[in-house]
Amino acid sequence: MFSIDFRQIGIVAGKEFWDRIRNRWVLAVAVVFTVFALVIAYFGAAQQGTVGFHSIDVTIASLVSLVIYLIPLIALILGFDAIVGERERGSLDLLLTLPITRKELILGKYAGLAGALAFSTIAGFGAVGVILSPQLGLNALFHYAGFMASAILLGFAFLSLAVMLSVFAGDRTRASGMAIGTWFFFVLVFDLLILGALVVTAGDYGGAVFPYLLLLNPADVFRVLNVFSLDEVRTLYGLATVFPEALSHPATLGGVMLAWIAGPLMVAIWRFER
Amino acid sequence: MASTIVEARGVTKDFGSIQAVKGVDLSIAAGELFGLIGHNGAGKSTLFKMMLGLIPVTRGEIRLDGESVTGPRFRDTRRKIGYLPENVVLYDNLTGIETLYFFADLKAVPRSSCAALLEKVGLAHAAGRRVREYSKGMRQRLGFAQALLGKPRLLFLDEPTTGLDPGAIRDFYRILRELRDEGVTMVLTSHILAEIQERVDRLAIMEGGVIRATGTVQSLREAMNLPLTLEIAGGAGLREQVARVLEGLAIDGIDDSGHSLHIRLPREAKMPALARLATLGETLRDLHVREPSLEDVFFGYRT
Repeated sequence: MFSIDFRQIGIVAGKEFWDRIRNRWVLAVAVVFTVFALVIAYFGAAQQGTVGFHSIDVTIASLVSLVIYLIPLIALILGFDAIVGERERGSLDLLLTLPITRKELILGKYAGLAGALAFSTIAGFGAVGVILSPQLGLNALFHYAGFMASAILLGFAFLSLAVMLSVFAGDRTRASGMAIGTWFFFVLVFDLLILGALVVTAGDYGGAVFPYLLLLNPADVFRVLNVFSLDEVRTLYGLATVFPEALSHPATLGGVMLAWIAGPLMVAIWRFER
Repeated sequence: MASTIVEARGVTKDFGSIQAVKGVDLSIAAGELFGLIGHNGAGKSTLFKMMLGLIPVTRGEIRLDGESVTGPRFRDTRRKIGYLPENVVLYDNLTGIETLYFFADLKAVPRSSCAALLEKVGLAHAAGRRVREYSKGMRQRLGFAQALLGKPRLLFLDEPTTGLDPGAIRDFYRILRELRDEGVTMVLTSHILAEIQERVDRLAIMEGGVIRATGTVQSLREAMNLPLTLEIAGGAGLREQVARVLEGLAIDGIDDSGHSLHIRLPREAKMPALARLATLGETLRDLHVREPSLEDVFFGYRT
């Protein structure tokens, strides 16, 4: 309705970002990422009877399994009280009397939190990349950078969902419940449902649709994105034959991820402006 | 005649089937210190929030300085407004000066004006301390400094003296007087009627979603026609003598507090009663005319 003033977005984003730097949230999350990634890189093959770094593909495959649990949880915790927290504390009314639109406020909050999350991800996994770099070729580093980029996008998608919940929820308690429910649904339940449906129908009906159903879950998009960019992993998972060609393009999957970032945020803005 | 800066016409707010504000008309002149009083649930907070554009009006129209607060020129309009919410909540993790910087940035006010504002509200010594460590009164002062950023032409103050000690309340009203001298319009709510009755130019009494009365405290007293009290002290046998001279006048009653006599009487009987009491001469040691308080006026309108 009204023009967007990017300066106002920047001011709100700057405050959110520096809040997370100052209260050491960014540092804590980065350390968690570094420690987990190092443990996986060096001890990931312990079950096979060996320790030490082996291959970037296997390391990334293990990291994907970790990140798929961890990043959605961290993003949801980071964002669930973005709006409802201010509303419950009572600071929201004052903000809304200032020369800022509700759209700018949400976009600013999102940008600041997304910046903090991206910074933690880059610092945490980047540190591991630097440690491993003497043992990695250019191609492996490229793959690792791709993994980091997709991890950031995964975080952005769940942060977007969190901000949306934060607008809809009546209070912080409900918002946290909704955030945990969202995590359970996308990270734990969704794949089981699809698998269950596949088993019940014995693959007879619409078997070709199932791969596309994975696009309805940003966590699955992230998994597919990483699994398909790695040759060794693709054969490891034995997925190459069952997956439609159209879904194996990183650009397509990246586009789907961007839709998962923009969609909930747009719903949040729509609702907040009511 | 000063120009109107706040104009509400036929403002109604429905929450589902409940009508919180019912067709309110109100105009506040530029430079006025205006009080809005009413008990909890009278609709004054709802009206306040509609004036600030925090909740939409169901019907009617509110204009601030001729503009809608949610209209296309809302940024300019809002830059002219300062708001101090009731029990203001700021950010615990920021220091006092950082808090002002944040709001100054959003209002596009230079950060260089912030230190002087902290000085003005008496918080210069705590500029570098986190708001977490602030007392309730200090938070209120910081909230007030925030409202003053950018020299607003119009200030909305919701229960502004909550949590302030008497000295701070005096300082607060001193600043309000200075602002009024500069031509700033102020709308404030308070439940401490005694505190605002000597300080506002005009006030509106709200009850059940409507404005029952608007005017100066004195004009409301007169319109209500509430009884006055003459408080007199004197020598022995005062009560009998007073009763004798006032005989025939329409007196509501005489109470004896032990130290003084309290004569309740209608406003129109005031001058005749004073003339007759003057005839008592030396017997009368002291005399005060007590106007009904805003409290009396307020409760008069409620019943």
